[in-house]
Amino acid sequence: MKRQLLIVLVGALAMILAACGGQTPQAPASPAPADTSAPAAPADTAAPTATEAPPATTAPPAGGETQQPTAGGRIQTILTRGELICGVNQVLPGFGNVDSAGEFSGFDVDFCRAVAAALFDDPTAVQFRPLTAQERFTAVQTGEVDVLIRNTTWTLTRDGSVGLDFGPVTFYDGQGMMVRIDSGIETLEDMEGATICVQSGTTTELNLADNFRAIGVNFTPQVFEDADQTAAAYDAGQCDGFTTDKSGLVSYQTKLAVPADHKILDVTMSKEPLAPSVLQGDAQWADAINWIVLATIQAEEFGITSENIGDFLSSDNPDIRRFLGVEGELGQGIGLPNDFAARIISNVGNYEEIYNQNLGPETPFNLPRGQNALYTDGGLLYSPPFR
Amino acid sequence: MATAAPPVQKTTIPFWRDTRILAILFQVLFVVLVVGVLWFFYTTMMAGLRQANLLPSFAFLSQPASFSIGESVIAYDPSNTYGYALLIGVLNTIRVAIAGVILATIIGIILGISRLSENWLLRNVATVYVEIVRNVPLLLQLFMWLALTQTFPRQQDSISIFGLIYLHNRGVTMAWPETGSDFGAWVPWLWLGLLAGIAFYVVRRIQFARRDRPGVAMPQAFLLAGAIVTIGYLFVGLTNGEWPLSLSIPELQRFNFVGGIGLTPGFAALLAGLVIYTSVFIGEIVRSGIQAVNKGQREAARALGLTPGQTLRLVIFPQALRIMIPPMTSQYLNLTKNSSLAVAVGYPDLFSIAGTTLNQTGQTVPVIMMVMAAYLTVSLVTSLFMNWYNKRIQLVER
Repeated sequence: MKRQLLIVLVGALAMILAACGGQTPQAPASPAPADTSAPAAPADTAAPTATEAPPATTAPPAGGETQQPTAGGRIQTILTRGELICGVNQVLPGFGNVDSAGEFSGFDVDFCRAVAAALFDDPTAVQFRPLTAQERFTAVQTGEVDVLIRNTTWTLTRDGSVGLDFGPVTFYDGQGMMVRIDSGIETLEDMEGATICVQSGTTTELNLADNFRAIGVNFTPQVFEDADQTAAAYDAGQCDGFTTDKSGLVSYQTKLAVPADHKILDVTMSKEPLAPSVLQGDAQWADAINWIVLATIQAEEFGITSENIGDFLSSDNPDIRRFLGVEGELGQGIGLPNDFAARIISNVGNYEEIYNQNLGPETPFNLPRGQNALYTDGGLLYSPPFR
Repeated sequence: MATAAPPVQKTTIPFWRDTRILAILFQVLFVVLVVGVLWFFYTTMMAGLRQANLLPSFAFLSQPASFSIGESVIAYDPSNTYGYALLIGVLNTIRVAIAGVILATIIGIILGISRLSENWLLRNVATVYVEIVRNVPLLLQLFMWLALTQTFPRQQDSISIFGLIYLHNRGVTMAWPETGSDFGAWVPWLWLGLLAGIAFYVVRRIQFARRDRPGVAMPQAFLLAGAIVTIGYLFVGLTNGEWPLSLSIPELQRFNFVGGIGLTPGFAALLAGLVIYTSVFIGEIVRSGIQAVNKGQREAARALGLTPGQTLRLVIFPQALRIMIPPMTSQYLNLTKNSSLAVAVGYPDLFSIAGTTLNQTGQTVPVIMMVMAAYLTVSLVTSLFMNWYNKRIQLVER
């Protein structure tokens, strides 16, 4: 009896999961698209298929109901669908933000575009799925998004038991604390008895508890699921402090009623390496994301930008020729076209261009590169060789 | 001659035309179908989870949660386990549900009676109130209440009510009894009062039963218990020089009020939203319950010389109660389940803590199953209690 109940519950749950994951229409298995790089129809029946593909022709029913996507399962699915589905933030200016016209912009958003550019040579072939911190992992787990690029900190737990696979770090961040200047708070030790606004489902929430436990300071957390709500509560004075990644604090400070009344404490409470992530279990797709991000870093090291890439395409340097796919077959090994790096650079730009456009001196944030500079400039960005 | 034919014909009815067999067959088929579909979902889910290396496990429950929780009924520390954190969530949900049910019932009854009032203003105000509140989604109302809490002044400029209650944008802080060091000496008096009260009540009921006359014993029992407890309080206070219970007055320290008891804006917003929203539905149930009582009852009561108030209290309402209880039960269940919207206003209820837990551990399936089981348990217990109460107040036919 108990067992039956369990099965019923699990069944109901599966339906819910299926409903969440299946927002894209489940058309019959579509024929192989015109794209020559797609060798066979997808074996993955759960894969959402392209709506524009005519279902008339030899629709091969995926006979063996293999839930396991074979190597390249996800890439195949995306190519067939014709666009990338990318999980992003929509309320963090500079990283992921949606404007009044519904246009997404930001550092993370541009990396989504880079992935789309690598796959389709078209940075607009991407559908953005705005996610809260709380929703994001479930969205990856259920396959609702192909890749999550949403200022997400790379941690062991998330890499392991949460079921994600992380790509290279796109942004080295650290957790900070914002307070009102008139509160007289200078260090975390001054915050005994304070109320602190924090967003739920973030590493920030955990670091906050850990840090204050370590220094033996009592505080009351005020937890919201929505980032905007968290900032609004702080702005209204319901909290004495507001904590999140430092880049996020800089971004939110611009949104507060009177930004000059607030300051960010010097202390850095944790390491927050922000990285893109995909669902565990598809090594090829994880590799592809890996090297797409690395390509932007390598491009900066080579000095290739979206403007001067034309000059480099005729370069004699074998490293650069390989990198841009003029010779060799680098892309093939990871399920990408050979010229994927060239596509990324010409359509979106190298790391420096992406950074400056969203966070650089000409933006309201004016974040110094700091750790996010190339290793040659004293930063931490370093790409393994493309060969 | 032809006698053998009919039985032969009977036995030759094929089973697919025998309704008795068909009835069973269809039921079996239906069960097989349902189980099959569920099994399909189950295996699909497990295959998907296995592929992502996310097989469900309950091992996380004994791991330290390491996130902090804003408010809890019992002491909690980030070093406690996930299981304990979820328990805090259950208690927080029950806390808001109990407070909500009590307040919603009181307001609902007032509302229902006002809707039937002969006073034009009262009746129409109640009608407008009901129509507005029940036609606006609860989530929206919660956001409104939360936004309202943010419009209050900062703590430094709190609105003070006699220095006992402070209203500010971090909720409400009010003076609250605090146990002194001599509280232990008072505890026996509390027990004594309770036992005396119960004993008095039981004895009186037996006396009434013997005389076969109606009577009221509850108020006197309360009076007796209260008197004993008060005497004990004075006795302990005067002999030891310190009161076992004293009033703790809130004082503004550097960041927050210290002393007294506080309601956070999240709790206040959630409670206000749930109470206002549910009370409207309860009000309608009360109104329909009262209107369902035969009007002859009212007329007879008035003819006997009862005042309108007495008519309502002694004749109409007890009868209306029988009609009201079943729909009232579903409103109580609704309130409990609606409390899961707490996450929107930053109150750490079960759903909010479960969300954090599944986010940190990745154990989506076990966590959601546990949350469903918890809500189911709370709902079933509420429903059992209400059914018992319903049975108790049913008309007893003699």
